[in-house]
Amino acid sequence: MAPKPLDYESLNENVKKVAYAVRGELYLRASELQKEGKKIIFTNVGNPHALGQKPLTFPRQVIALCQAPFLLDDPNVGLLFPADAIDRAKHYLSLTSGGLGAYSDSRGLPGIRKEIAEFIGRRDGYPSDPELIYLTDGASKGVMQILNTIIRNENDGILVPVPQYPLYSATISLYGGSLVPYYLEEEANWGLDINHIRQSVAAARMKGICVRALVIINPGNPTGQCLSEANLRELLKFCFRENIVLLADEVYQQNIYQDERPFISARKILLDMGPPISTEVQLVSFHTVSKGYWGECGQRGGYFEMTNLPAKTVDEIYKVASVSLSPNVPGQIFLGLMVNPPKPGDISYLRFAAESNAILESLKRRAHIMTDGFNSCRNVVCNFTEGAMYSFPQIRLPPKAIEAAKRAGKAPDVFYCLKLVEATGISTVPGSGFGQKEGVFHLRTTILPAEEEMPAIMDSFKKFNDEFMEQYEDYRGYSRM
Amino acid sequence: MDRAAAAPPVSIDTINPKVLKCQYAVRGAIVSHAQRLQQELQTSQGSLPFDEILYCNIGNPQSLGQQPITFFREVLALCDHPALLGKSNIDALFSKDAIGRAQKILDLIPGRATGAYSHSQGIKGLRDAIAAGIAIRDGFPANADDIFLTDGASPGVHMMMQLLIRSENDGILCPIPQYPLYSASIALHGGSLVPYYLDEATGWGLEISDVKKQLEDAQSKGITVRALVVINPGNPTGQVLAEENQKKIVEFCKNEGLVLLADEVYQENVYVDNKKFNSFKKIARSMGYGEEDLYLVSFQSISKGYHGECGKRGGYMEVTGFSAEVREQFYKVASVNLCSNISGQIIASLVMNPPKVGDESYKSFIAEKNGILSSLARRAKALEDAFNSLEGVTCNKAEGAMYLFPRLHLPQKAIDAAKAVIAAPDTLYARRLLDATGIVVVPGSGFGQVPGTWHVRCTILPQEDKIPAIISRLKAFHEAFMDEFRD
Repeated sequence: MAPKPLDYESLNENVKKVAYAVRGELYLRASELQKEGKKIIFTNVGNPHALGQKPLTFPRQVIALCQAPFLLDDPNVGLLFPADAIDRAKHYLSLTSGGLGAYSDSRGLPGIRKEIAEFIGRRDGYPSDPELIYLTDGASKGVMQILNTIIRNENDGILVPVPQYPLYSATISLYGGSLVPYYLEEEANWGLDINHIRQSVAAARMKGICVRALVIINPGNPTGQCLSEANLRELLKFCFRENIVLLADEVYQQNIYQDERPFISARKILLDMGPPISTEVQLVSFHTVSKGYWGECGQRGGYFEMTNLPAKTVDEIYKVASVSLSPNVPGQIFLGLMVNPPKPGDISYLRFAAESNAILESLKRRAHIMTDGFNSCRNVVCNFTEGAMYSFPQIRLPPKAIEAAKRAGKAPDVFYCLKLVEATGISTVPGSGFGQKEGVFHLRTTILPAEEEMPAIMDSFKKFNDEFMEQYEDYRGYSRM
Repeated sequence: MDRAAAAPPVSIDTINPKVLKCQYAVRGAIVSHAQRLQQELQTSQGSLPFDEILYCNIGNPQSLGQQPITFFREVLALCDHPALLGKSNIDALFSKDAIGRAQKILDLIPGRATGAYSHSQGIKGLRDAIAAGIAIRDGFPANADDIFLTDGASPGVHMMMQLLIRSENDGILCPIPQYPLYSASIALHGGSLVPYYLDEATGWGLEISDVKKQLEDAQSKGITVRALVVINPGNPTGQVLAEENQKKIVEFCKNEGLVLLADEVYQENVYVDNKKFNSFKKIARSMGYGEEDLYLVSFQSISKGYHGECGKRGGYMEVTGFSAEVREQFYKVASVNLCSNISGQIIASLVMNPPKVGDESYKSFIAEKNGILSSLARRAKALEDAFNSLEGVTCNKAEGAMYLFPRLHLPQKAIDAAKAVIAAPDTLYARRLLDATGIVVVPGSGFGQVPGTWHVRCTILPQEDKIPAIISRLKAFHEAFMDEFRD
């Protein structure tokens, strides 16, 4: 009897190949333990509000009024909402074609795309075209759409940093393309060496792969490094010479914790470099409301901006976007608010600024606490989190631990992370979920747990790590089994 | 490498050919033209024979003046800004049961954080509420673990196509006419659409023997048919399936080993007394078929019904009958996008669990709901009669959903004129209608139709007070059109 359509054997192979560790084995185990009553600290995903970060007040006031516009007609509305929130709600409602409940333009509300273009113009010093900005239900959907447009078959290769955020590897698998890895240099603070990229491209081409695109994540995830202007110039020159489209994941652009390398957008450098690069190199840039100091992951609000894509290609991308009708309107409004926050002089400004600064400053402090805490363990080396929301320490595992992992049928870092969550409740993602050099192990955690809980969390980690090392280290010459 | 000669990486010649193949007429060329005309209206008033564009191309009720359900929006506003719940004067603006429901919902969300990514299938407590709502609707139990909350029903359809389609040799049976999400999605995922024709003469009836014939025909061509799509109530056709029909469909899918993809997004839109919506799950279970007997995926949405919350992007699929191994794959694919938007999830739970008799908001809720549904029924009838009154036009009743799909028996002169401009005759008609009246409809070719027949899809959604003007403009246009092209 033939297998039935939805038997495992007869599923789309590409689906089976997909791996997305962020909500994979470790997360599922942590959830199991949580059900059994164990206190779990979920540091597996960049989900700030889930770890106690409060939403900013102003946007929530605005969105509540947009959800329930009849409030605006109520004489009592001023008792519960400040005047600038009321005005802003009216403004965004006027940009919609029937309120939050109507499908918008498939590319997103024109008024909001205009606000985003203006923000980009202020940020980079070059005008941006709202017609080339498409809003999506989270940046991830945009990434998936662009990769689906590019990937024709398994011979199409996409350059992806290693370590990378596994949305890229998962999506490339799903669409049947090839992932062409380029390794970041851990010893150089996860720096990017253009020679590595060149080598990867050469190796891929030898295998008959047509390299189509280069993904950069700036600031990096999981690695946190911020690219320098020199880096970006090199990358753009490279893309120009090799005829590759640059995909710039810039979702963490508001999360910068050092002064040496502030965020610079790929588009700004592209335009700074003038023709032919500014007119020839194809670029798609991604942003979101999920990160920064907003952390509004649950709204699913994101956008991509296209530079130097031919009009016909843009039409095709629009066509595919139209099949999903429109991105969710509340998420779009959050994007508008993000690029157009309260200004000095606005009623809500002081509170907004205080809330935002508190979050950013705390993130910076937590980045340090975590980096230092990891580095204080003798078998752990951790680069500083220059940006984004993660810490990606290297855990040096003794041979006995690696053997034990093998016996348990797990990769060594998975083994370590499982033991970590079982002992301490700290739920991380093993480095293998992001890619790493052979034989080098990491875990990714976020810097998002509440600041007051950080010291205890790092102590808990240290205690576990010391005990783990005692158990598996064999310098005394005998096993402690 | 000669850079000058190489095509840019993302050009029309080098992008994924499946993207090129995919078509979606609901927001296609006619609509783009309408948007241009709308611009013209704004900049040069009086330049066109009408003063507003009436978008009857898309099931987008709130864009045409339908009001959202007050209770739902009260709850959402409170969930979006929970700080309100702590204020002493909150009773001045919100009803008590909305406050209570918001509290209940927030209690279901870890940390009461509506800004956090949820479980990739959606917040567990909300899925419990939806499962309970399904059980009340059907009289058969539903499981929260079978439910995947999605950004609208459409992403759920995409997910199924992704799972089911391995190559172009995998076929999906789709009704013709169909909502072009299905044809677009099948093209995008590289599969084959296997059409089965609904019978216009019998109110868009579905004959299982026809479906079987199409299945066998496809199989003889080497296509492995994997699933059967049924849209009930139908889009664009509006028919509500009779129970007997549904039983035959279930039996057919079971015997042929097909996944039944039941698009039930219009389940609350039924306008005739002699028909009732029955979910396919209810039908299957009432026939004694359980999980082992039938793969069934049922889609529901917050965009339609009486709530019309299109812009929120909310919906779910209830998936029953497959192994744990396969469920893992579903979950995995869902997890790559992390989760659907929380606002949409909340509305989905409200739609499946609305105010009940005795609740403070019940009276106003039911008044709003019935007001909208009875108005939709009246509009469906008024437009159906209007289309039927036109020369050479026959229009089946809209038993449900939100559309009319009149057939245009066009004179040969019109067909020749269309040929001359390389357009389908229904596209010519729709374009002329738009240019003359500002009314935007979608040509039937966007949905599929029996070759040689022509239709347009028109929604029943413009506000009731606009309907008489629409009808008179339509009549005037049609008369003029027939005068021009009558044989």
